Amino acid sequence: MPASVKSFNELKRNLKKDFTAFPQKKLAVLGDTATQFLVKALRGYGYEAELNLDIYEAEYNQIDHEIIDSTSELYTSNPEYVIIFQSTQKLLNNYFETAHAGKNKFAEERLSQIRNFIATINERMKCKVIFFNFGEINDNIFGNFSNKLDFSFSYQVRKINLELMDMCRETKNLYINDVCTLQNMYGIDFAFDPKLYVTSDLTLSLDFTAVVAKSVVDIIQSLVGKSKKCLILDLDNTLWGGIIGDDGIEGIQIGELGIGKAFTELQLWAKQLKERGIILAVSSKNDSEVAKNAFDNHPDMVLSYEDFAVFNANWDNKADNIKQIQQILNIGFDSMVFLDDNPFERNMVRSFLPEVTIPELPEDPAEYLTYLRSLNLFETSSYSEEDSERTELYRQEYQRTVVKQAFVNEDEYLTSLEMVSECKPFDSFTIPRVAQLTQRSNQFNLRTIRYTEDDMHKISSSDDYLTLSFTLEDKFGHYGLISLIILKKQGEVLFVDTWIMSCRVLKRTMENFVLNNIVEAATANGFKKIIGEFIQTAKNKMVKDHYKDFGFTESNGLWELDIKAFEKRKSFINKKQ
Amino acid sequence: MELAEVIKQVNDIFKDVFDDDSLVINSETTAKDVDDWDSLTHIQLVVAIEKHFKIRFTSTEIHGFANVGQMCEAISNKINKS
Repeated sequence: MPASVKSFNELKRNLKKDFTAFPQKKLAVLGDTATQFLVKALRGYGYEAELNLDIYEAEYNQIDHEIIDSTSELYTSNPEYVIIFQSTQKLLNNYFETAHAGKNKFAEERLSQIRNFIATINERMKCKVIFFNFGEINDNIFGNFSNKLDFSFSYQVRKINLELMDMCRETKNLYINDVCTLQNMYGIDFAFDPKLYVTSDLTLSLDFTAVVAKSVVDIIQSLVGKSKKCLILDLDNTLWGGIIGDDGIEGIQIGELGIGKAFTELQLWAKQLKERGIILAVSSKNDSEVAKNAFDNHPDMVLSYEDFAVFNANWDNKADNIKQIQQILNIGFDSMVFLDDNPFERNMVRSFLPEVTIPELPEDPAEYLTYLRSLNLFETSSYSEEDSERTELYRQEYQRTVVKQAFVNEDEYLTSLEMVSECKPFDSFTIPRVAQLTQRSNQFNLRTIRYTEDDMHKISSSDDYLTLSFTLEDKFGHYGLISLIILKKQGEVLFVDTWIMSCRVLKRTMENFVLNNIVEAATANGFKKIIGEFIQTAKNKMVKDHYKDFGFTESNGLWELDIKAFEKRKSFINKKQ
Repeated sequence: MELAEVIKQVNDIFKDVFDDDSLVINSETTAKDVDDWDSLTHIQLVVAIEKHFKIRFTSTEIHGFANVGQMCEAISNKINKS
């Protein structure tokens, strides 16, 4: 059993534990083979992820029936997530049953069936579908020659897997659980136990059931907004071999020297993560200048000093360093990953900051990367181009903090920033980003309603809503799109369905600017009142007095603002024309 | 390995799978005698025993044991053969 995955037994033991403190998520599991173990493992992994997964398990091999019959329990159980698991073994049997002339169209037929399944589900209810792709089996009817034949099983199964990727790119609520990759990672002997298949129609071994369940729960976790945002790296023996303070810049192992390749590849991986939007930071016991010099002047260094949003090389304890990184970045400890080769440092940080994810790196640096990849730490449910600029945004923020210290007066400082914001309704360019903000924002989020891009398209084209998105830029750089508002029309009243702001722009008077614009939009459209609601979650305490502080009056648990009585709030932000 | 030792180790596996430290089994024990010993737990037992003793049961064997004694004899034979 790989160390990174819980055993089935452990997961089963979790079932007896108390789930009541965790948010409930409803799932439906449909499979064409026995799914009892998978269902237990899913619920057990839910415990690890602090989710109370309430699972409806369809009868054995009833996928078609459950989806086609509009009165089936799939629909009456009203799940948020529908998990569909068709096995490669059944797929292969179907392929064998297909007449020779039809074999080259086998993938197309299966894909059209899957497409119909998903379209039918989407017509009937709002949910997300997690579909398992297919672990490859070579039936060895033709051996390697099957690669030369378009009707071979290998060709057809690979075609299905590839086109499933296209299908989920087009279908916003469809997500693929990449069983094929998992099977490649662990091997078919680990993944499949022929005895369990023959006697009990189980196509996943018990160990692999746990692996697959983790992967599904990873997807669900990212969809509920729990994802890693920051990778904090130690330097000596983590990003390079050796100790720079002792060995000197020429002596550290990176590139060609010693086992440098292990570290070069880890740096390449970290660089890719940075480019996809994971913020990089350094926490290392080192002299800052010596460490910086290695990044600036070592010819084989992959990462550069500028790749890090925060560079903490000093002699303070690492827990304090990481706390400081957390304050600068203003993200949760649970969204941080800390890599350090030293077990002492790992345990120390773990004991002070238990929410930070700290992988138990293998002793041999050659194994770092395979191990880290196996953890799937950076699962995400969305990606936008803006993500790739995130480290740069945080670096700018760090510079602002430095400048701010020079001003005595807060107002003077804010004026000096020369802030400008573009305020406009959602459009097709901003929808991916606004949807992503609803998925990811936890702190400055009044009602924490998660929307998909699809939902956002519906909302923005509906007459029942007014929407506003806000960007912010100042003389140091762009924050990008950082706030969004969804207002639902209710007669003469506008109800604030969603008010989200990125915590990066706290204390910039942005929320005042937003409220001024809400009132402006309300006035322009003839509304008399604005009504807000605060729905508490574990993470949004910072806005619990939001409406009260803005002078809204409480009534039946909601907050009202009379537009006539509103006085424009002080803001240092100018509207971009 | 002596049969008694096999039964003792299998007993520990039962305790783990059924999550019950007080569980005591002997040669005569059958599925009827143990709460929760259903077809799913049986599979868990089989997989856990295979791992522990580094042996493999055949597909026919796994549903053919009349009681714990027969299962342990099969285990013992496999260990002693290898």
